[in-house]
Amino acid sequence: MYNRDQLAKKANAARRKQSAIGPDIDLTEFDDAPSQHSYLAEEDLCSLPMADQNQLLMAGLDVREEERGGTYLQKDTDVIHCHAQQEGIEVIPIKKALETEPWIGDYYWKLIDVDTDKYTAAAELGLHDGYVIRALPGSRSIYPVQACLYLEKENIQQNVHNIIIAEEDSELHIITGCATAPHMKKGLHVGVSEFYVKKNARLTFTMIHNWAEDMAVRPRSVARVEAGGLFLNNYICMKPVRSLQMYPTTHLVGENAVARFYSIIVGSPGSYYDLGGRIFLKHPGNRAEIVARTISNGGDIIARGHLIGEEPDIKAHLECRGLLLKGGRIHAIPELEGLVDGVEMSHEAAVGKIAQEEIAYLMSRGLSEDEATATIVRGFLSVDIPGLPPQLKAEIDKAIEESDKDMM
Amino acid sequence: MLQIEDLKVRLGDKEILKHIDLKIHPGETHILFGPNGSGKTSLLMTIMGYPQYEVAGGKILFKGEDITRMAINERAELGIGMSYQRPPTINGLKTRQMVNLCAQGEVAVESLARQVNFEAFLDRDLNAGFSGGEIKRSELLQLMAQAPDLMLFDEPESGVDMENIALVGNTIAALLQKDGSAEETTSKMQAKLNRTKMGLIITHTGYILDYVSADKGQVLYDGMLSCVSNPREILNCVGESGYEECVRCITGIN
Ligand SMILES: Nc1ncnc2c1ncn2[C@@H]1O[C@H](COP(=O)(O)OP(=O)(O)OP(=O)(O)O)[C@@H](O)[C@H]1O
Ligand SMILES: [Mg+2]
Repeated sequence: MYNRDQLAKKANAARRKQSAIGPDIDLTEFDDAPSQHSYLAEEDLCSLPMADQNQLLMAGLDVREEERGGTYLQKDTDVIHCHAQQEGIEVIPIKKALETEPWIGDYYWKLIDVDTDKYTAAAELGLHDGYVIRALPGSRSIYPVQACLYLEKENIQQNVHNIIIAEEDSELHIITGCATAPHMKKGLHVGVSEFYVKKNARLTFTMIHNWAEDMAVRPRSVARVEAGGLFLNNYICMKPVRSLQMYPTTHLVGENAVARFYSIIVGSPGSYYDLGGRIFLKHPGNRAEIVARTISNGGDIIARGHLIGEEPDIKAHLECRGLLLKGGRIHAIPELEGLVDGVEMSHEAAVGKIAQEEIAYLMSRGLSEDEATATIVRGFLSVDIPGLPPQLKAEIDKAIEESDKDMM
Repeated sequence: MLQIEDLKVRLGDKEILKHIDLKIHPGETHILFGPNGSGKTSLLMTIMGYPQYEVAGGKILFKGEDITRMAINERAELGIGMSYQRPPTINGLKTRQMVNLCAQGEVAVESLARQVNFEAFLDRDLNAGFSGGEIKRSELLQLMAQAPDLMLFDEPESGVDMENIALVGNTIAALLQKDGSAEETTSKMQAKLNRTKMGLIITHTGYILDYVSADKGQVLYDGMLSCVSNPREILNCVGESGYEECVRCITGIN
């Protein structure tokens, strides 16, 4: 069980605690007062202004809810829509879950310490809301659940806490986006996420971010994958953002558990990204893969990856490839840590520019230099993600295609 | 027509082509021989327009236009295409997509691919891990979609297995309008006149001659095109007495 008073006490002590990595953010610059958005029924969703709908769509949220297993939509600090439309799937706002669901105590702040840093502390002390998505044992989701955290109020600090649970033998796909209203410039998003993948469950989590240029973003997430479970985590961020730092951690706590992280990042001028992932392989048969594709158009990107092999008979691979198109910086930091004999771990990192030979080859087939460059960039970003349902693959392709237009 | 006049080419500070004169008329296919490192690939890359092959003298004309300083893609637009000896891998670009790009629009990719026995590779990244023989078929497939008027083939049959060699040979013949399809409806004389496609084929083995009736053979030696003759004769001569002897003897006769 959890005790909100105790959590608050711990969080209070960490209010000013800087994060271990990433530039510090002055929280007093932002306003975390609650907004007053009213709840929307299903039919009202479609009556949102077109400009907002488009922003949502870019972050993977389809207001028509076609081919979706459920929807969670939060605007600033308020949940404005939440419902599940598939057998075996639950979607509940976390504030409600904390009041009504007795089991929530087994998950709330169980993977992340509330006093990790000032951001986790803020997420407890000023919790706005967040989603709890749960796939019941043995349930197989056909369509992904969509969740979107939308920001509209200028200079807002949004604090959310999400919990995702794939019960034993279940299959759950989630597409989640964060997006800002077209007019919005500055804000801070703080998001705590705890992932539980139980025995033989499969969870795919695809996150697409569309931030405003002056946004600061501090997600804090940890996952726990039990025996035979699979956690597939995709992250796509193609739009400028002032400062984004995250370092999600996954613990493989049972035999044959698997985690795979794929990220695709395009860094524009004035943007700072510090991201990557860490996976602990603690049992025989564990497999882990971290793949990052980064492009800098003048942005500053740090791409980390850390694999820790604690048991023999584990396999892990890290691939970090960066392309510098128009200046900027890409700093790849791949780390492999083998703690016993019999681990099999490898990495491959490369940072560079597009090979002239490839451009010339495509030009000799009739493409202009710009078309050839765009084609190669698109290829570079199109990562094959095994196990990803085709719809989600299509969402990723769409995000990449959209950004193409800005990039060139 | 392709017309090359007194062409000199440098690669870095090395002069690789000293003096090249070459004329390929519409409907003609030439075979290019020459020892390893003699500059055959370099000549093709220069015609295609690769900027690292610096033209230090002379000019290249195609369809009456001076293309010596033209960008690669402009030459492609004019109708020049190439089948590469060692093309680069393009990660993330599916072969299928590339065929569409070559055709500059939607094209019946599957049926084109079937002609070169390549359907199974369409969803693989272009050239990624392709074997030597597979690369040749991939290159041919792209040229089929692109349909240029002048085709430069860099050792199209090397590394191709016995079963696929006929496929490759016949495909090249078809691309160059040398497959006899025209002869069925018109006289041989007329077919020759109707032919417009031009070809320049590099070969070491000459196997391609079993499928493509070439009009002329040339030997590139010491930075120059040393002799023009029937390609079979050149092949026999080189086979018997080697390049050096062959070049001396044929030039001597001329
Ligand atoms: N990038 C390079 N740097 C230095 N020398 C080069 C480079 N590329 C080619 N060369 C040299 O230029 C010369 C001509 O090479 P080219 O590839 O044109 O020969 P080739 O006639 O096609 O040979 P092969 O029959 O082996 O294919 C060779 O001596 C080669 O080593
Ligand atoms: Mg060569």
